[in-house]
Amino acid sequence: MKSLAELEAIRKATLNRINLRTENDEEATRVVVGMATCGIAAGARPVMLSFMDEISKRQLKNVTVSQTGCIGMCRLEPMVDVIVPGKEKVTYVHVKPEMVPRIVAEHIVNGRPVAEYTIGAAENE
Amino acid sequence: MREIALHLLDIVQNSVTAGAAHVDIRFDLGDDGMLTMSVKDDGKGMSPELLERVRSPFVTTRTTRKVGLGIPLLQQNAMLSGGDVQLESTEGVGTLIQARFNTASIDCLPVGDLAETLATIIMGSPDKPEFSLTCTGPNGEASFSTEEVRAVLGDEVSLAEPEVVQWIRQSLQEEIEPILGGIMR
Repeated sequence: MKSLAELEAIRKATLNRINLRTENDEEATRVVVGMATCGIAAGARPVMLSFMDEISKRQLKNVTVSQTGCIGMCRLEPMVDVIVPGKEKVTYVHVKPEMVPRIVAEHIVNGRPVAEYTIGAAENE
Repeated sequence: MREIALHLLDIVQNSVTAGAAHVDIRFDLGDDGMLTMSVKDDGKGMSPELLERVRSPFVTTRTTRKVGLGIPLLQQNAMLSGGDVQLESTEGVGTLIQARFNTASIDCLPVGDLAETLATIIMGSPDKPEFSLTCTGPNGEASFSTEEVRAVLGDEVSLAEPEVVQWIRQSLQEEIEPILGGIMR
């Protein structure tokens, strides 16, 4: 296994960040990725990890990534919900890893949803 | 599904939903090219009636819809390569599912990105259950467990923290590649 000493260093760095997070005490932004058979088959796994990579690269403290099951719109998978506290939930459809940096930068960091990737845009096609 | 690892990501969810405390995953590659993927859990198990019907796409435990394709798709891909799927389950004890693939067959799926799958599984259920992964093959053995990682991280740091997930993914990649490298892509 890769060195456990490295993991120990990660633990220390993360603890500091967690403390910062609890001091701020703001409600977190949630990213929820559909991970049932349909989502996985459509390519949700790399999408989920792209969100993790992007969040860690930008050192975003108050964002959580979680998984959900099938919500019955399998043809639109991979689907991702972004829930910013106090705002309406935004659902992105047919998400690919290449789209993730833009969603993180424009929506999660700057508060402007990427309209062309949303379910509203897909349904109007 | 284009990878065996994607099937794993899918069926492990069954163990999590079954309330397992431990999920042991194995990939055993024999000298004859047969690869056995096993997932063993100590979840609530299945009744003999359910066990008999569970391979059907029209059987599912969820209540929102009447189809469930996880096990049928896994079985289809195992059989396409000349392998099969075996299921053992006891109510209140747990379930063991074993999918065998003939890696020598041109129709066999690649193992795929097992490290990414494990990282995703752990991220999805960071607190419970404990997961272990063991890979064996002609080139040796590799193993990993979330218990070991948790022992280092302590109670305050979740396994779902992005840096931890990255570490898990990278260390798994280094571990697994020499064992299953030839059949991963």
